[in-house]
Amino acid sequence: MGLLSKKDAKLIKDPLLDDNPITIQVLGICSALAITAQLKPSIVMAVSVIFVLGMGNVVISLMRNIIPSKIRIIVQLIVVATLVIIVDQVLKAFAYSLSKELSVFIGLIITNCIIMGRFEAFALGNGPWRSFLDGIGNALGYGVILIIVGFFRELLGSGTLFGIKVLGDSVEKTGLYAIGYENNGFMVLPPMALIVVGIIIWVQRSKNKALIEEN
Amino acid sequence: MLEHIELFFKSIFVDNMVFAYFLGMCSYLAVSKKVSTAVGLGAAVIFVLTVTVPLNWFLDQYILQPGALAWIDGNRDTPELSVYADYDLSFLSFILFIATIATMVQLVEIIVEKFSPSLYNSLGIFLPLIAVNCAILGGSLFMQSREIETAGLALNYGFSSGIGWFLAIVAIAAIREKIRYSNVPAPLRGLGITFIITGLMAIGFMSFGGMLTGSGDSAMPVVEEPVEKLEEQQTTKEKEVEATQTVVVTELKK
Repeated sequence: MGLLSKKDAKLIKDPLLDDNPITIQVLGICSALAITAQLKPSIVMAVSVIFVLGMGNVVISLMRNIIPSKIRIIVQLIVVATLVIIVDQVLKAFAYSLSKELSVFIGLIITNCIIMGRFEAFALGNGPWRSFLDGIGNALGYGVILIIVGFFRELLGSGTLFGIKVLGDSVEKTGLYAIGYENNGFMVLPPMALIVVGIIIWVQRSKNKALIEEN
Repeated sequence: MLEHIELFFKSIFVDNMVFAYFLGMCSYLAVSKKVSTAVGLGAAVIFVLTVTVPLNWFLDQYILQPGALAWIDGNRDTPELSVYADYDLSFLSFILFIATIATMVQLVEIIVEKFSPSLYNSLGIFLPLIAVNCAILGGSLFMQSREIETAGLALNYGFSSGIGWFLAIVAIAAIREKIRYSNVPAPLRGLGITFIITGLMAIGFMSFGGMLTGSGDSAMPVVEEPVEKLEEQQTTKEKEVEATQTVVVTELKK
């Protein structure tokens, strides 16, 4: 990373693992769980959040000296809402069926706690370039979890990835199904999203004992 | 009347904000360590949802919907005659909804502080948190996407989904207070076990799905159709599993 100094690179790398927004900071769970039944919406959601958080952090960081602190929440909400409207309109124009599938959850990026959290904790006190990196880093950390959850839920739940049958045809009994494998339809139901994230947290904290919480 | 009752129970149990749509998970996880604070936040959420959902319903009906502006030149009942018939401002809904919510929360905070300091002390710290609670914006967005017909139903919807959220956070807070005494594997402590318990509770709440049969829309907006068929098979299987589980539990109690 010749482009980035060591300190800047840390801004991107840290949220991916040891300071992950979902599993460590507990931010942005709301929309993370509902759309991960399949891989494609998960990726679209991750990309949308990367765009909104990166741009939003820059805008807030540029305005940080002129926002009166009393009304900063409303200002922040308006900035995010504007960016989310852009994402929503783009999706409606170029991927209508996907935008229908994500229904209200694109709109709910506005109240995604990661975004407000990063505005408050980082963008209000740092310059635009560092804020941009911080935004991208955190959104990537969020996206990684989303994609992991989406991957396992779609693979185990419907035996497909991106809608392509990777494990064979469940009706005609080809591939894995020929030897008696069955889809675990439970994986596509909402409760499993919570349990999968719980398991990810379990694995991560067993690897890195420093993250273990006290009761 | 019947539709009111149906919507009431449906929003509390079947379409529970937390267990079916994961809305407001952030504050749900962060503020559920003690029952007393959970009750405070839950009450504040019920209150704000009850106020903002009907307000946003009026915004949606009279400003945002395609052709909604027809009332300006007196053609509310015959929108096609109006000069404003072609206006569609629905792309503005996010920004208008969130602005209403933020201002309402601020207003409520000021009013409560002025007139009832004791209520303010118990509720006040949660109010700013609520402006960014996904459950509040989610309530308004679902109200819009499900095309709720009357203001009364919108009020009902806001109130009952607030109650659903309240129930969820109080239940998890009670469980977390007790779980402190049990021997949870170290890496699962805190956040991990809360996730898994919430998952189990969500499975429990899914059994309410059969409570109101015959309603058109499915509880899962996210899943595509081929998966939905699979889901139906699965829910029946799952009900069997659950039935056996409850039997086991009752037997254990004996």
